[in-house]
Amino acid sequence: MPSSSFIIWTIIASGVVTFLSRVLPFILLKKFELSPKVIEFLSFVPIVIMSALWFENLFHQQIGHLPTIDYANLLATVPTVLSAILTRSLLVVVIVGVISLALIQMLIK
Amino acid sequence: MDDQLDVSTGMRDALPTVFGYIGIGLAFGIVAKAAGLNALLVVLVSLITYAGSAQFILVSMLAAGNAMLGIVLAVFLVNSRMILMSMTVAPFLKQESMFKNILIGSLLTDESFALSMSKLNYTHKTLNFAWLNTANLVSYFTWTLSSLLGALIGGFITNPDKLGLNFALIAMFIGLLYLQMIGDKELPFRLQLIVVGLVFVLVYLGLIFVPSNLLIIVVTILGCTLGMVIKHAFF
Repeated sequence: MPSSSFIIWTIIASGVVTFLSRVLPFILLKKFELSPKVIEFLSFVPIVIMSALWFENLFHQQIGHLPTIDYANLLATVPTVLSAILTRSLLVVVIVGVISLALIQMLIK
Repeated sequence: MDDQLDVSTGMRDALPTVFGYIGIGLAFGIVAKAAGLNALLVVLVSLITYAGSAQFILVSMLAAGNAMLGIVLAVFLVNSRMILMSMTVAPFLKQESMFKNILIGSLLTDESFALSMSKLNYTHKTLNFAWLNTANLVSYFTWTLSSLLGALIGGFITNPDKLGLNFALIAMFIGLLYLQMIGDKELPFRLQLIVVGLVFVLVYLGLIFVPSNLLIIVVTILGCTLGMVIKHAFF
C-alpha cells in the first residue's frame, strides 16, 4: 500500500470527479431546459441501467473470450424475478434474493 | 409504495435498499482492510468518494500501486453513468432551491435513483427534496457504517459471500426494474421488454471486448439509443 497522504489525496480526487458527475447536471438543469430528443433518450435510462447492472452480475468477464456464466447468481435470479412478479414488494424481492443465493451457495459448495 | 413524499415515507421506501448497502458495505470494509487500508481510511473512502462499486476498484488499484491519475480516471469512468442518472432526476427537482439540488445531487446513488424513478409512477410524476434527501441520507449512513463495521470485523469473517448478502443489490435492481416496467405509462410494456432483451445481448457481447470500467456506460448509451430507434420505427 502507498503512503497515507497519497491514499487520502486519491480518495479526495476520486470524490471530486464523482461529485461533479452527480452534481453538475443538477446545477445546469436548474438553469436550462433539455431538448425533447434528450428527454426521450433519458426516458430509457432507468430500465437500461437497472437491467445492465443486473445482467453484468450474471457473468464473469474474460476480455477476448465469451463471458462465463455465474451459475449461483443466475439460479438466484429465478426465484427473485418470480417474487417480483408475484408480490410487487421490493422488500420481499430483496429478502427472497438474499435467501435464494445463500441456499444456492450452501448447496453448490 | 404510495403517493406520500414526506420524511417518514422516505425512510420506509428506502428500507429495502438498506439490506443491499449493509451487505456490500460490509464486503467493502472487509476487502479494503484486507488490502491494507486502516479503518479510518476505509470510512474516508465511503464518506468522501462514496461510489459503490468504484470504491472496490479504487482500493484494488491503490493496492496494485497505480498512479493517482489512472485511479481517478477509472473511478470517473465507472461513475460516468451518474451523469445520465442525475440528468434524468434533476428536472423533477427544479422547483427546489439550488442548494437543495446540489445536496440531492451529491448523495444520489444507483439505488436512490432507481427508487425515485419507481416513486414517480405513484406520485403523478412529482418528487421533492424531503423524500429524496431522506432516501439519500439513509443510503449514505448505512453505507458508511457498514463499511466501518466491515473494516473492524474484517479479521473475523473471511468469506462474506457465503451470507448471500451480495445478491441484495441485484435483487433490488430486479425488483425496481419490474416495478418500473409495469408502472411506466409512457413506454409500452412490449417496447420495454425488447429493450431489456437488447441490454442482455449488449452486456453479453460487451463483456467480450469492453473493459469492465466502461461496460455500464457504453451499454447504457447504446441501449437508450436503440430504444429510441425502435420506438420510432415500430411503436
